[in-house]
Amino acid sequence: MSDGHIIISEEQVAHVARLARLGLDADEQRRLTDQLNTILTYMEQLSEVPTEDVEPTAHVFDLVNVYRADETGRRAGGTSLASQEAALSNAPETEQHFFVVPRIVE
Amino acid sequence: MSSMRPIHVLREQLVSGTLNAVALTEAVLQHVDAVEPELNTYVTVTAEQARQQAAEAADAFARGVARSPLQGIPLAIKDNICTKGVRTTCASRILERFVPPYDATVMQRLQAAGAVMIGKANMDEFAMGSSTETSHFGATRNPWGHAEYVPGGSSGGPAAAVSAGLGAAALGSDTGGSIRQPAAMTGVVGLKPTYGRVSRFGLVAFASSLDQIGPLTQDVHDAALLLQAIAGHDPNDSTSGDVAVPDYTEVLDRGVRGLKLGVPREYFVAGMNAEVEAAVRAGIEALRQAGAELIDVSLPHTPYAVATYYILANAEASANLARYDGVRFGFRAAEPADLSDMYMRTRAEGFGAEVKRRIMLGTYALSSGYYDAYYKKAQQVRTLFRQDFQRAFADCDALLTPVSPTPAFRLGERLDDPLQMYLADIFTIPMNLAGIPALSVPCGLTTDGLPIGLQVAAPPFREDVLLQVGATFESITDFHTLKPDGLPVTCKGDGYGL
Amino acid sequence: MDYECVIGLEVHAQLLTYSKLFCSCATTFQADPNDQTCPVCLGLPGVLPVLNRQAVELTLRTGLAMQGTVATSNRFARKNYFYPDLPKGYQISQFEEPLIEGGCLNIEIDGTTRQVCLNRIHLEEDAGKSIHGENLADPNKSYVDLNRTGVPLMEIVSAPDLRSPAEARVYLQKLKTVLEYLDVCDGNMEEGSLRCDANVSLRPVGTETLGTRTEIKNLNSFRNVQQAIAYEMERQRGVLENGASVVQETRLFDAARGVTLPMRSKEEAHDYRYFPEPDLVPLQIEPEWIERVRQSIPELPDARRQRFVSQYGLPAYDADVLVASRAMADYFEATVELFPQPKIVSNWVMGDFLRELNQAHHRPDEAPVSPTRLAELLRLIDEGTISGKIAKTVFEDMYRTGKGAGDIVAEQGLVQMSDSDALREVIEQVLAGHPEQLAAYRAGKEKLLGFFVGQTMKATQGKANPAMVNTLLRQLLQ
Repeated sequence: MSDGHIIISEEQVAHVARLARLGLDADEQRRLTDQLNTILTYMEQLSEVPTEDVEPTAHVFDLVNVYRADETGRRAGGTSLASQEAALSNAPETEQHFFVVPRIVE
Repeated sequence: MSSMRPIHVLREQLVSGTLNAVALTEAVLQHVDAVEPELNTYVTVTAEQARQQAAEAADAFARGVARSPLQGIPLAIKDNICTKGVRTTCASRILERFVPPYDATVMQRLQAAGAVMIGKANMDEFAMGSSTETSHFGATRNPWGHAEYVPGGSSGGPAAAVSAGLGAAALGSDTGGSIRQPAAMTGVVGLKPTYGRVSRFGLVAFASSLDQIGPLTQDVHDAALLLQAIAGHDPNDSTSGDVAVPDYTEVLDRGVRGLKLGVPREYFVAGMNAEVEAAVRAGIEALRQAGAELIDVSLPHTPYAVATYYILANAEASANLARYDGVRFGFRAAEPADLSDMYMRTRAEGFGAEVKRRIMLGTYALSSGYYDAYYKKAQQVRTLFRQDFQRAFADCDALLTPVSPTPAFRLGERLDDPLQMYLADIFTIPMNLAGIPALSVPCGLTTDGLPIGLQVAAPPFREDVLLQVGATFESITDFHTLKPDGLPVTCKGDGYGL
Repeated sequence: MDYECVIGLEVHAQLLTYSKLFCSCATTFQADPNDQTCPVCLGLPGVLPVLNRQAVELTLRTGLAMQGTVATSNRFARKNYFYPDLPKGYQISQFEEPLIEGGCLNIEIDGTTRQVCLNRIHLEEDAGKSIHGENLADPNKSYVDLNRTGVPLMEIVSAPDLRSPAEARVYLQKLKTVLEYLDVCDGNMEEGSLRCDANVSLRPVGTETLGTRTEIKNLNSFRNVQQAIAYEMERQRGVLENGASVVQETRLFDAARGVTLPMRSKEEAHDYRYFPEPDLVPLQIEPEWIERVRQSIPELPDARRQRFVSQYGLPAYDADVLVASRAMADYFEATVELFPQPKIVSNWVMGDFLRELNQAHHRPDEAPVSPTRLAELLRLIDEGTISGKIAKTVFEDMYRTGKGAGDIVAEQGLVQMSDSDALREVIEQVLAGHPEQLAAYRAGKEKLLGFFVGQTMKATQGKANPAMVNTLLRQLLQ
């Protein structure tokens, strides 16, 4: 699908997949490399737009200084289950009220 | 098919007692049973809860305390809006069994208004798509065109549900056109509010700086009613605007005389579908005849919309979707060898191809050495989009454009060409980039009998202008009364026969 | 070659707020895991953060107290990485635009004052806690508790201005004291409310360029900070002297063995992909707020030490010891208020009081002997009601039982005997009871005076006023 214009190599795709914790098989990796090159080639048109001295937009409106008071106990979204029960209710694996994962290596 | 009536009509019947809230919900549920196998609009139908809510509404009517215009009104809710105790899947395998312990702010408001939820409507996985074909629960079909076409996306489920009468109205979400494009393709009204007009608390994030929840309805009046119920400041959403919400129904019969409506030349480009262009131009002309002054305007950065959007949206998405790691909720791959294997396989098996593609793109755009060339550049171009609109709105009150360059396409037609799929959003994306509100109203049918949408865009927090223009358009046309069997329910003709 | 050690510390201080940084969960830790969580800090789909204003206030207070500059506009960013105790897959932190830029902290080292510069102070959320394998159950698993997730942290980043392990330790101790004075952090390193990472590198003496650094994590006591840096210095010196180069890496300090070790997880070169947090709006701190916070900054240790010397006439040593802990200095001043003899109070606070505190692992404000109680005891001594010697045992009893000095003295009948008629009677009995010694004394063995004093004290269970006993004995023995 790619027009042969290489912006991102298969090795880079593998690195990005690792950063994003996405396990890709060889086929997927090849196909994604092609597709990402096609898409990134299209994205290159942005370089035509002069943007010196243009401030980047992170938020569309000039809202600033939104705070909450330092108060406890108001559970957002009306969580009514005991918080611990609510916390653990969707977990794939729990024990003694902990979330359980394969051992972390430091 | 169904002869579901708009909310404001149902309301009169419910108040007068000619319609009972329980009977209304039962009729919708029966219709869902009959039509769902063909259309697949819902991921989860919440029949039991709907019956209970309907009974409460009926009781409120019986006691004469049903004050909200949404009391007893059956709604479809897009499955990326969190509903306490009802699974919220984002049409993804990774959230297939996720049951939120909390309600989105919009759900709290709808419940307070006494609305009835029929179910959680289908969508593109994590709202990433323009056809509702990337759903883990199968594609939704467009009620128009003999169910051979996509309903658009990503709010294809909500749009198709409203179009087919499987709910009186729906809530969807719009990040780059996900309400307006499916609304146009299914012949219903879709409104993307100003960024910050409706709380995002409880909306499963795709791209946080672009996402908005909004109504999909049978007509503009209903859009006003539903927006009224969900709009307003929310202390749980830091980006929610503390801006007063006007009475949206007040503007509906004001007409457009004296309004200046801009027509951006970049939105009528070579290669767009001729029938779409003709219908949109006819719609614009109708508004001129109704008294609006048309103005030629330019939004010069329009061609860069898709590139800008897919960098920003996917960069944000790559972070927003990092929480799906198999630790606290959601899918976890079976028998992981170690922690790394758990992450890699959970996300590989839990996400579909389109979601993975976008996470990859977004991760790449943010990664060391590429941030300035992609992410920062796109943020700068986003500033130029805001300036384009600011300049245009200095000369006009609202803009008129097509919603999508094409009508609905056939299922599977664009699945193998992601870029072509992305390019279909070019007319809806700019409003998300600028944060401004926009409305899609039905403005015609193709010769194949597929709906076409007219888009109205307005300055920030001027949803009232959208509704004013949209209601006027409906008052001079009857496309919004067309139903998917191709036959107008209340009138026949070419759409301008009133 | 002679090497110079270059050290910078990154200190994470848990802010003393009631609620977490972005949600209203409490920050006090419960014993039960995941009990203090909500959809927001669990990172459930759809939730949004809302910033705790008090966390900003406390960071402003710290920054202003250390002469930092409040960034007029600053924002939050997402720091992306995967870890089981990081629910969202990113930490909300500050990257390019921290709340506070610059600043400094004066430390005293070898009798001279040195200024250590700060790079920045920023706000961020804490992650959760993991318990590894066999410490809970299955050695092949880890157990995640998210109670701590979202607790507000202030990260104080020093410039690479420290030159020795001892300096690093002194800097950290001083920082802890200042944070306590500011009432922004409880400074408890054992419980993790104050945490320290050290960046360490060596360079040949006389050169300016920084050498390759390593980052040492897991330094949870002052002692560990000093030990770990000292070890790391020697390790790097060894590497360099062997002609090899130091590898830039993150190392963990193993306190049991006193060594630093490279982290086993070869985290692929960190790429945190920072970008502005879209769910939070930028902060523009109003000048009025800054001014209000500036006015609220309490007296800091350096100023207080000077005042203790000038106002109370305390020796510099006493002032140093007392102001090292805000609570201790507060305790001292509260006591002096009630018993205005500063040096006597200082002796008691630094002596008996501090010893009891250390034994009981109490903070001064937790001590069963309040300033009011201590002042009462000191008054009893001053008025001659009890002797200084008995006062020491009375104080121990006060600490142990929580009772007042007057009550203990009365209950145990410890009031000093200063009634000369009664004492004369006791002494006459003592003399009558020891005719042989009396005869010997009168025969010129005057050393026996001490014997009669001892017998008198014994007969009065130590309550006799010693000065009076001496005077009376001499009279009666004439």
